[in-house]
Amino acid sequence: MRPLTPRRVAGICGLLFAMLFVAVVVSLRMGTYPISVSEIVMTLFRGVAGRRDEIPSEFWLVVFGLRLPRIAVGALVGASLSVAGAGFQALLRNPLADPYVLGVSSGAALGAILSLTFAAHVAGVIQLAAFIGAAATIASVYFLGRRGGQLDSATLLLAGIVAASFLSAMIMFLMTTLSGHELRGMAFWLMGDLSTPPPTPNVLEWLLFLFAVFGVAAGMIYATSSDLNLILTGEEEARHLGVNVRRVKLVVYISASVLTGLAVSVSGSIGYVGLLVPHVMRMIFGADYRLLIPTSAIGGAIAIVVADTLARTLVAPTELPVGAMTALAGAPVFIYLMRRRVR
Amino acid sequence: MSAGAGNNSSISSQPVAFPSETRPRLKAEQVSYAYAATDRSAPKFTLGPATFEAQHREIVAILGPNASGKSTLLRLLAGLIQPLSGRVEVDGVEASELDLRTRAQRIALVQQESELLFPLRVWEYVLQGRYPHGRRLRFESNEDCLLAGNALAQVGADALRDRWMDRLSGGEKQRVILARALAQQPSLLLLDEPTQHLDIGGKVELLRRLRRLSNENRYTVVVVTHELNLAAEFSDRIVLLHKGKCLRVGAPAEVYEREVLEEVFEAPLDVEMRPSGRPRVIVRSGQ
Repeated sequence: MRPLTPRRVAGICGLLFAMLFVAVVVSLRMGTYPISVSEIVMTLFRGVAGRRDEIPSEFWLVVFGLRLPRIAVGALVGASLSVAGAGFQALLRNPLADPYVLGVSSGAALGAILSLTFAAHVAGVIQLAAFIGAAATIASVYFLGRRGGQLDSATLLLAGIVAASFLSAMIMFLMTTLSGHELRGMAFWLMGDLSTPPPTPNVLEWLLFLFAVFGVAAGMIYATSSDLNLILTGEEEARHLGVNVRRVKLVVYISASVLTGLAVSVSGSIGYVGLLVPHVMRMIFGADYRLLIPTSAIGGAIAIVVADTLARTLVAPTELPVGAMTALAGAPVFIYLMRRRVR
Repeated sequence: MSAGAGNNSSISSQPVAFPSETRPRLKAEQVSYAYAATDRSAPKFTLGPATFEAQHREIVAILGPNASGKSTLLRLLAGLIQPLSGRVEVDGVEASELDLRTRAQRIALVQQESELLFPLRVWEYVLQGRYPHGRRLRFESNEDCLLAGNALAQVGADALRDRWMDRLSGGEKQRVILARALAQQPSLLLLDEPTQHLDIGGKVELLRRLRRLSNENRYTVVVVTHELNLAAEFSDRIVLLHKGKCLRVGAPAEVYEREVLEEVFEAPLDVEMRPSGRPRVIVRSGQ
């Protein structure tokens, strides 16, 4: 009997953080402007220590101005999607659930396409519209997915699927009205894309805001992880063991939806990460949510940082959408997992 | 043998009255319940009123044909549903008014287990029984591990601790599920058809174990079962339900009457009294 200890969680997370750091440094290294690993590490440490005047200005621009914001957004999106995926898998008691299964991404896409149609040139409006679209979808699916006053896994899943297909139909309809240039932007957005520049010149504040939202929502899910472990062995049994199942489901539904809405509104629908990363982490570290939530968060960040680096460099100077990258790598892994499960 | 050891064995084999044992542990008073599909429609199913008590160390068997209300009565006793009228008291406190965690510390309910979504080791499963005794986000303490280990030992499942839950036989799984309930350290143990998937050897073994556990640890056990003869053999009190009505309550010898059982179970039955004072039910054939 070797129960999970906070120390073990911290140790494993520390290891994964080190891997994330390596991935970030490698990603910073890749690009048209040549910069060595030692120069990157030096720039990073001096930047973090607040000694900006000691950094050559071109290094500052390449690392902190261009590459790091994109990597930070990628890591945030990966972490959000993976934590949301792990949350939805427990909430819906379905190992095939992903962050998009309840239609949140379609709602966000509809919001984005509406903003492209009506207010294409206002900065930041696409992200805002996407977030509003996601929030509206979350609310409607919540009211459709209740049964007997509480969230019912099967009803919720059906409501989400119906909402997603209805919203997709509206997206298709609106896309026929877009011009060629907008259509290309929208297509990239539907596939998932990190190349859009930040919507505001205050990049640091914007990033801090995104990470704060992530921290609160992911923290809420983490706080329920003991409850989720029990809910996974059966809702009824969890209730007998003293879990307030109704409240836990509500908390996880809202938090996971917010995380999905956050990710989708900054990067579009990047596929497979939210489905696969929790499964891979489960295969490596076990199904205990007290470990699964933090490892999924860091693992998701690593996955997107690596995928985006490949998307930027594989056929440079042309850039692939990162969503196409994750789907290319994700689909085979998903099929492998599915076959394993059937067996 | 030392005097101390002699003392111990006398405690475990002969019930000694503790001060708190003067009050019944479980008390159901005129409990009734009605189930309707919607708030406005007429009730589809009604139960009760049922009145009975159970003392410390007693085993109560709830008997009755399918759809007679056995599981509903069990859920009422567990405080999971609120009675339409009457009250259920556990150690003098109304069960449905306890908050979720306190209730789980006092009452353990074992139902047919649900399918696991992701694989789990036996010891992880049993540790879940410690959940009501800690904070919401918790890591298990050494004490939790010790208690979970004891619970596994009590059901004779020590050797299973590192096995996967989905690789266990029916009997092994039943014991592990019971161990999780024991890890809750409840005073009231409720079991819904625990013998369902067991062969006859497994059934006898489980009931012997329950008998021993209730004697040694002062558990009060309530079992819903279809096994008339095993219930007669192992229980102190029978609650016989029929079409939602509480027909008889009493010792097996008082409740097991041929006419009553024949009417309730709609089968030709004979009841024999054995020298032990416990009745035996036989199916009358050739009619």
